[in-house]
Amino acid sequence: MTAGPSAIHISDLVVGFGEHTVIDHLNLDVCEGEILGLVGASGGGKSVLMRTLVGLLPKRSGQIEFAATAATGRRRGILFQQGALFSALTARQNIQFPLRESARISPSLLDEIANAKLEMVGLTAEDGDKFPSELSGGMTKRVALARALALDPALLFLDEPTSGLDPIAAGEFDSLIRTLHGTLRFTVFMVTHDLNSLQAVCNRVAALADGRIAAVGPLASVMASDHPWVRAYFHGARAQMLRLDQK
Amino acid sequence: MTDIPELTMSADDPHTLHPSGPWTVANIERLEQLCQRVRGSRIGSIDLSRVTALDTIGAWLFEKLARTDRNSSSETEFVGATVSLGNLLKQIRPLNRRATTSPKPENPVVSWLEAIGRGSGEVISDSVAFLDMFGAVSAALLGVIRRPRSFRLTSTVYQLGRVGLQAIPIMVLITFLIGAIIAQQGIFHFRRFGAESYVVDMVGILVLREIGVLIVAIMVAGRSGSAYTAEIGAMKMREEIDALTTMGLDPVAVLILPRILALVIALPILAFLGSLAALYGGGLVAWLYGGMSPAIFIARLHEAVSVTHFEVGIIKAPFMALVIGLVAACEGLRVRGSAESLGQQTTASVVKSIFLVIVLDGLFAVFFASIGM
Repeated sequence: MTAGPSAIHISDLVVGFGEHTVIDHLNLDVCEGEILGLVGASGGGKSVLMRTLVGLLPKRSGQIEFAATAATGRRRGILFQQGALFSALTARQNIQFPLRESARISPSLLDEIANAKLEMVGLTAEDGDKFPSELSGGMTKRVALARALALDPALLFLDEPTSGLDPIAAGEFDSLIRTLHGTLRFTVFMVTHDLNSLQAVCNRVAALADGRIAAVGPLASVMASDHPWVRAYFHGARAQMLRLDQK
Repeated sequence: MTDIPELTMSADDPHTLHPSGPWTVANIERLEQLCQRVRGSRIGSIDLSRVTALDTIGAWLFEKLARTDRNSSSETEFVGATVSLGNLLKQIRPLNRRATTSPKPENPVVSWLEAIGRGSGEVISDSVAFLDMFGAVSAALLGVIRRPRSFRLTSTVYQLGRVGLQAIPIMVLITFLIGAIIAQQGIFHFRRFGAESYVVDMVGILVLREIGVLIVAIMVAGRSGSAYTAEIGAMKMREEIDALTTMGLDPVAVLILPRILALVIALPILAFLGSLAALYGGGLVAWLYGGMSPAIFIARLHEAVSVTHFEVGIIKAPFMALVIGLVAACEGLRVRGSAESLGQQTTASVVKSIFLVIVLDGLFAVFFASIGM
């Protein structure tokens, strides 16, 4: 089910460090407007794949092609796992930073936009005066999301957006991403371990095993895959427990 | 369809705005100007049928235009919006509704006085923190004396290697140069009244009593004190110090005592080597520049300086090391979450420890003078 043009087209990608090959001839298409969830073992190369896509790691060989809408860095937003907020700036200044760097606009408009973004991610304008060290984990993620959305990107990378959040906050974050996706229509490439997120947010799921995509498609079809690692991931004890809860 | 956003008003209906083109972040500068132009005019409705692209920033600008007109009884309407544009506008509607209170600018004189007051307060809290750290280190040292097995020998030896052994080349080089410069200046100026030979007295006494240990202490504060602050600060930021505390270990005994002990051992050794290098540099210049043979230099040095001069210098070294170590540890533990705070505390550590080293040197000078050393 690959409808529509692809926002990212990855073919034959190889990434490695020294002797160690992490991503081994990987092929994947991320369709425009979809939310793709990437699952994989810890240390299995999910973050390496994402960092390669956003240009932080060099690739050994292969192609990564972005659609014209997301051709430049300015059209991409990235939510790092720890937020990666600039610790010397307040939350509001963090959100304004990409805007301030790319356009000359009045401070009042900058403030209005930052406050609007803060409210869009469920915070208040007062939270904007806080420094990253004064924010809780959930708030940090929200501010980081607001910063990632500052330039209204066409393509959003999320690195474990719900890790470190309690189930309620994680659920809120999921619905926040869904709502924003509904209005802003961006493409999301999301690395996650959260089975709930996969179910609630993602249109498609890709499973990364042994440096390749072992299965890709809607959650149900990936779960039906007979790849041993994918089976273990989705049919392990924790996954079973989740399924029981939902029955 | 153009790529440049426009905002027009038709002549027959001045209350309807006709924006067109892409209202997106890429054109934000132009969009702001366009909105400035129509500010203040009464806007009945905004016709969105010719807007080709819209993102949150464009939507916010429309929303702002719609809100400027507070006096009119009817709300500004958006017409001609497609479903997705309408959804976006609906999302933007409730945002920024609450009035935000911007902090009032302060009186500069008052804030200047306030800064002075805070600064004076900080001097006291600094002294308290310093004494607190001194107490904690003494307590940790007592604990180690009572239970020698709890002493972290490996850590101390490792730190000794870092602040002592690895520092030798740079310390020796710098003190060598300082000694050479003092000798050159002495010869140059003393030559005028034929007192060149007193250069040996000057170099010998100055280096052994003051310059040798002072230069080395300042270098150590810059080299090792800053490293200690940055290390301890980074550990504090990453909650490593909290982890130690929860394991029932005293961070002072584990992290700070070995570092300070290493400094206390290393600084006298470095000061000794530095003084030797400075005398060597002075002797070399006296020979090459002043024409005084090494044998005469050594003989005159023998007459000019006594062990007392050397003692006066070297006794100061461990105290200076203690001050540098305590300041570095204090400042390291004051680091808060941000990267900026790490930089501030590291700077503060170097500045304060150099200041205190010089103050301490002055106090020792008074003390030694009064006991006749």
